[in-house]
Amino acid sequence: MAATNYNVNKKGYYGEFGGAFIPEMMYPNIKELETKYLDIINDEGFQREFKSLLKDYVGRPTPLYFATRLSEHYHVKLYLKREDLCHTGAHKINNTIGQILLAQRIGKKRIIAETGAGQHGVATATVCALMNIQCVVYMGDLDVQRQSPNVARMRMLGAEVVPVHSGNKTLKDATNEAMRDWINNPEDTHYIIGSVVGPHPYPDMVTQFQSVISAEMKTQLKEATGHENPTAIIACVGGGSNAAGAFYHYLENPDVQLIAVEAAGKGVNTPETAATLVAGKPGVLHASRSMLMQTDDGQVIEPYSISAGLDYPGIGPLHAHLHQSKRGKYIYATDHEALKAAYQLTKFEGIIPALETAHALAGLDKISFKQDDVVVVNLSGRGDKDLQAYIDNLENYVDNE
Amino acid sequence: MNRINKLFAEKEQDILSVYFTAGYPAIDSTREVLLELVKNGVDIIEIGMPFSDPIADGPVIQKSSLQALNNGMTLKKLFEQLKDIRNEIDIPLIAMGYLNPVLQFGLEKFCQHCKDVGIDGLILPDLPVDLYLEEYKDIFQQYGLHNIFLVTPLTSEERVRLIDQETSGFIYLVSSASTTGARKDIQENQIRYFERINAMKLSNPTLIGFGISNHETFSRACKYAHGAIIGSAFIHALDEGEKSLKEKIQRFVKSIKT
Ligand SMILES: Cc1ncc(COP(=O)(O)O)c(C=O)c1O
Repeated sequence: MAATNYNVNKKGYYGEFGGAFIPEMMYPNIKELETKYLDIINDEGFQREFKSLLKDYVGRPTPLYFATRLSEHYHVKLYLKREDLCHTGAHKINNTIGQILLAQRIGKKRIIAETGAGQHGVATATVCALMNIQCVVYMGDLDVQRQSPNVARMRMLGAEVVPVHSGNKTLKDATNEAMRDWINNPEDTHYIIGSVVGPHPYPDMVTQFQSVISAEMKTQLKEATGHENPTAIIACVGGGSNAAGAFYHYLENPDVQLIAVEAAGKGVNTPETAATLVAGKPGVLHASRSMLMQTDDGQVIEPYSISAGLDYPGIGPLHAHLHQSKRGKYIYATDHEALKAAYQLTKFEGIIPALETAHALAGLDKISFKQDDVVVVNLSGRGDKDLQAYIDNLENYVDNE
Repeated sequence: MNRINKLFAEKEQDILSVYFTAGYPAIDSTREVLLELVKNGVDIIEIGMPFSDPIADGPVIQKSSLQALNNGMTLKKLFEQLKDIRNEIDIPLIAMGYLNPVLQFGLEKFCQHCKDVGIDGLILPDLPVDLYLEEYKDIFQQYGLHNIFLVTPLTSEERVRLIDQETSGFIYLVSSASTTGARKDIQENQIRYFERINAMKLSNPTLIGFGISNHETFSRACKYAHGAIIGSAFIHALDEGEKSLKEKIQRFVKSIKT
């Protein structure tokens, strides 16, 4: 059998992607994480506490819901993995619970995070409130304006939200600023990265915490269909954490198609896109080698998407590898297609998805399935935070029947 | 002999190294800044290669990098600007920047161009020593480029030893756990760190950088190392006032030295 290993190797790589391109100032912290994270995560006491919080605080397991009307519409058996029902409204909290417990075990007293849509910022501020730990969230100034309800939530939760004015004032710049904070506060601070990006061991660590999604999926599918394996799993990818979690326990099982949907913005042939695997080349950003949207001179290009959680110029190294090795199928959806899919889900199933998640749903229009195929869409988050965008576009998408 | 080694063989103290961002304040100022720094007696120059996402840099260098990029600065342009610079100046020149633009340019092609224009060393903050040893050392050496590593107050003794062993120019002592940026003074705990490093009797000379901003911090740092590196404060000085670039540089260097 061909060697199929989609796990990170000892040096922190997935194939040719990953690694830790860190300045010396970050070395002690990254080294500490690298040497300790697996022992901590695999420790029985840690697992007990992690699982108990996921159950009683986050509300896991999240339902696997059979979407009847959408199934009819697409002529498949369509299930929705309801991460939108997690406390705080998205999968992001699976990771922040894991990382806050880890931060406590390595003796950190202060938490920093970056955020785009604000979901990760809210999830971080929430666990910091829960654990009574100081929390600082960096957020691009443009995102502070686009996602004001989440800014208010973070502040109410006691976090300091620092608007970032450098660059394009979005997620990439917030990540830069969080890394600079960590360089300046190396001793007491832990950086909770919000996706499967950044230097090793972050991509693997975040994947581990999010893998609860596919672990539950297996059990729930078995119960619902008699089989653990669906035909396909569809998830949206910004950095790629919800997709990594939804794929993880199926990575070594080639019978299960893994489909990831990037944000194409106004189209992959326009400059206003965030589809990294189409528009990018290998490069190093945020201390990791992956696919990266950049100029011929190696300057990072600011991406665009209607969804603040998907406009990141890179992608997690695991995804770059799944793409390159063809284990995963990577497609994209435009702003328009995502909006259409969001209104459709709302109308058919009574669920308003996050704009990020709407990209995964738009993927359904791009894949042909057979009648008996079992398809799971990872419903990564709910749409409350995007209500203004939905209101603004209502007239264009909801026809007057 | 590499110009860096030659300098340290001839001069053991008060070495002044100045960082500036290529293509800043104007795209064509690179050469003028270099020549003027040399004329005013600077010992080493670090030529900043601007990057869109400089995570180890504070606001001043972030801003100069962005401005340089907006001015149209690229590596290709830089090498054009540096062509024949060795006919005019003989002090060590070090190229400093982040890895991604270098990789996109092509690692080997980059090294070749550095050699051609007379670059003596490299500082790439996001190239850790471990990775350097595995993938970069041979090629840098082939082109006669000394890679300069950073050491911080939190770098373990074992790692300082490793870096010392792998260094053949000087060691860059980052003065405190921080991004680049000027500070007014040097604290007690920083002095203890400098003394700790000195007590290790490293085989390479050291320069202290980050937070060195004026005559006082420069001369204090020089007590604990072979010299010091100034970046943000110099760039800030280029921004100030109405004087010509020439005068600003002259005034700044003079203010550091006396
Ligand atoms: C609901 C939701 N889904 C997906 C994402 C994208 O992140 P990732 O690709 O890491 O899952 C975000 C990010 O903010 C989000 O809020």
